Amino acid sequence: MADVGLHNISKRFGAVEAVRDLSLSVNDGEFVVLLGPSGAGKTTTLRLITGLEQPDAGTVLIDGRDVTRDPPGSRDIAFVFQQYSLYPHLSVYDNLAFPLRSPARRVPEPQIRKRVEQTAELLHIASKLKNSATRLSGGEMQRVAIGRALVRDPAIYLMDEPLSSLDAKLRAELRLELKRIQIELGATILYVTHDQVEAMTMASRIGVIRDGQLLQLGSPREIYENPADSYVASRLGTPPINFLPARLVPDAAMPAGTETIGIRTEHLEIGKRNGGSLIGRIHRVEHLGEQNHVHLAYKGEMLVTLADPHQMLDAGEEVELHLNHPLYFDAAGRRIPVTMQ
Amino acid sequence: MAEIRVENLRKSFDQFTAVHGSNFTIPDGSFFAMLGPSGCGKTTTLRMIAGLELPTDGRVLLDGEDVTFRRAAARDIAFVFQLFALYPHMNVAGNIGFPLKCAGMGRADIRARVAETARLLRIEHLLSSKTSKLSGGDRQRVALGRAMVRRPKAFLMDEPLGALDAEFRHLMCSELRDLHDRIHATTIYVTHDQLEAMSMADTIAVMNGGRVEQIGAPQEIYDRPASLFVADFIGSPPMNFLKFEGGLKPGERAIDFHDASIAVPEIREARATGPLVLGVRPEHIRFSDAAPVKGRVFGAEYLGTTQIVTVDTPYGRVAARLPSSLHVGIGEAVGLNFRPERLALFDATSGAAIRTANFGGAGHG
Repeated sequence: MADVGLHNISKRFGAVEAVRDLSLSVNDGEFVVLLGPSGAGKTTTLRLITGLEQPDAGTVLIDGRDVTRDPPGSRDIAFVFQQYSLYPHLSVYDNLAFPLRSPARRVPEPQIRKRVEQTAELLHIASKLKNSATRLSGGEMQRVAIGRALVRDPAIYLMDEPLSSLDAKLRAELRLELKRIQIELGATILYVTHDQVEAMTMASRIGVIRDGQLLQLGSPREIYENPADSYVASRLGTPPINFLPARLVPDAAMPAGTETIGIRTEHLEIGKRNGGSLIGRIHRVEHLGEQNHVHLAYKGEMLVTLADPHQMLDAGEEVELHLNHPLYFDAAGRRIPVTMQ
Repeated sequence: MAEIRVENLRKSFDQFTAVHGSNFTIPDGSFFAMLGPSGCGKTTTLRMIAGLELPTDGRVLLDGEDVTFRRAAARDIAFVFQLFALYPHMNVAGNIGFPLKCAGMGRADIRARVAETARLLRIEHLLSSKTSKLSGGDRQRVALGRAMVRRPKAFLMDEPLGALDAEFRHLMCSELRDLHDRIHATTIYVTHDQLEAMSMADTIAVMNGGRVEQIGAPQEIYDRPASLFVADFIGSPPMNFLKFEGGLKPGERAIDFHDASIAVPEIREARATGPLVLGVRPEHIRFSDAAPVKGRVFGAEYLGTTQIVTVDTPYGRVAARLPSSLHVGIGEAVGLNFRPERLALFDATSGAAIRTANFGGAGHG
């Protein structure tokens, strides 16, 4: 394994700037997730690292070596795609062995057998090795696809939404497995997704990307608790963070230049009316089982807070709002830091 | 608007029985979700109510009137398949007004109806827009408008949000429910997504293998699942199932779980010794060194407000929902404490819930 660095990478397709001056380092043994909507430049970034695309500017370093102009085959990278892309005419064993049998690698058969068996063990598909690749469930096929990357020992694994074609249950299961495997192997992974849950649950660090720009890079907790701007704040958290125009919150102490106040759902506290100045009206109580989402109307804005499922709350009821741990944003959406006094 | 009633509704296709005799009543103005995995019979049931499929047996009543053999067009029901299917060559007003035009309504009347529908959907400003220029959300609103404009007695929706990504789907759920609260149309909504059903429905029917396993309010079904299937299908992560062998006596407030005693809601039925399952929701687990169930932390998934910690125990892998402020180390040895009054017990063979102070039995609710 090795570290990978992108330095001031830009890539343009005609009029579209797919990646703009992007710098990012993935340290040895780290699991970095690029999180962004479709069209944000995630996949282009991966393709620039593989060498399938050439950057217009900037350098790509693998293990400290400049590989920007190297052909894809010489970069020592394993790629896992969204689609299973297995060889349907081969068995699971032969699918897994395929990358090692490449004439360029010349791995001896006994060694191939050892690697394939180890990998199958790791992915819990050891009993399926003799199966034809097409006679597997969706989850098993995706395990084989991931396994085909794992049999090699590349500098880095690049993964492009590998779980997105699976159903919710299987996705949750494979999230855990992938994280376990990454820790066990000490693998370096750069993973792209639009799913915030995947990013939060697996990443050592998340890079939030939008319009080809990296907006913030940090641990899931840093990004969630300390977002750099209002977009990043809105990208993590379900239900999403509440935003209130500052003018709707009179008499609150807030830093100069605050235009918008962000309050995470768990920090918006509601209670019986008791002399407070922020009064909201309950619009709807949504029962989701382990908790309720309470939708509130406050001066024409809709807010959401969390409540215990057995707390009695009725639509139409007026409640007092308390904004705990508010985040302040300026007119451009940038976070205004609050200095501790 | 209308009450919909289904009596002994059954459907067989040759050897295969898709629906085994369903009975339920959907009160006027209610939002009813049919929830289950693919192949559970929910869509077949919906199609029989719509008149797109004839039942093998049983009746469908609309406002007390037997419509079982009436053709779909004469049932005054709007069927919404996929909210995205719009006519690309017409503008928004044309799309919404189309069903009225087909019915031969006059232009002035159509215009008034379309305006009223657009107002309810809050898309008045889009009436002259091309549908190809609309955002995903607005396209859905227009498709809904086309179903609403006829003022049908009921809406039947078959996975209308299936094609959307998770976050947008939840947003649309809120909007659909808000719309329902404005127009109070009886709605049957078919989905395999428990979150959609929980989020929107007044009542959920959970279906499995052509049978309705449980009908109840979302919170009721979550708190008191009638079977292992329902308990597993509702909730994310789902309920944890811990197998054990034992017998039960009415009045007991604890079970013998692999040589340990675990407090449970008071037992209300007698069971001879046999395989049982203890059901524990992830949010009813706390770490405690003194707890009888021990395990090792396998993984911790940070979710912002909370984290899901998975623990490998001798009885299987258990997911616990804990505050994200709690520091958890991978491989750490932990004890699991359960909130007694929220625990469920099941017969491992039949899958049926056992009656306790928390669960009143099949007729509960």
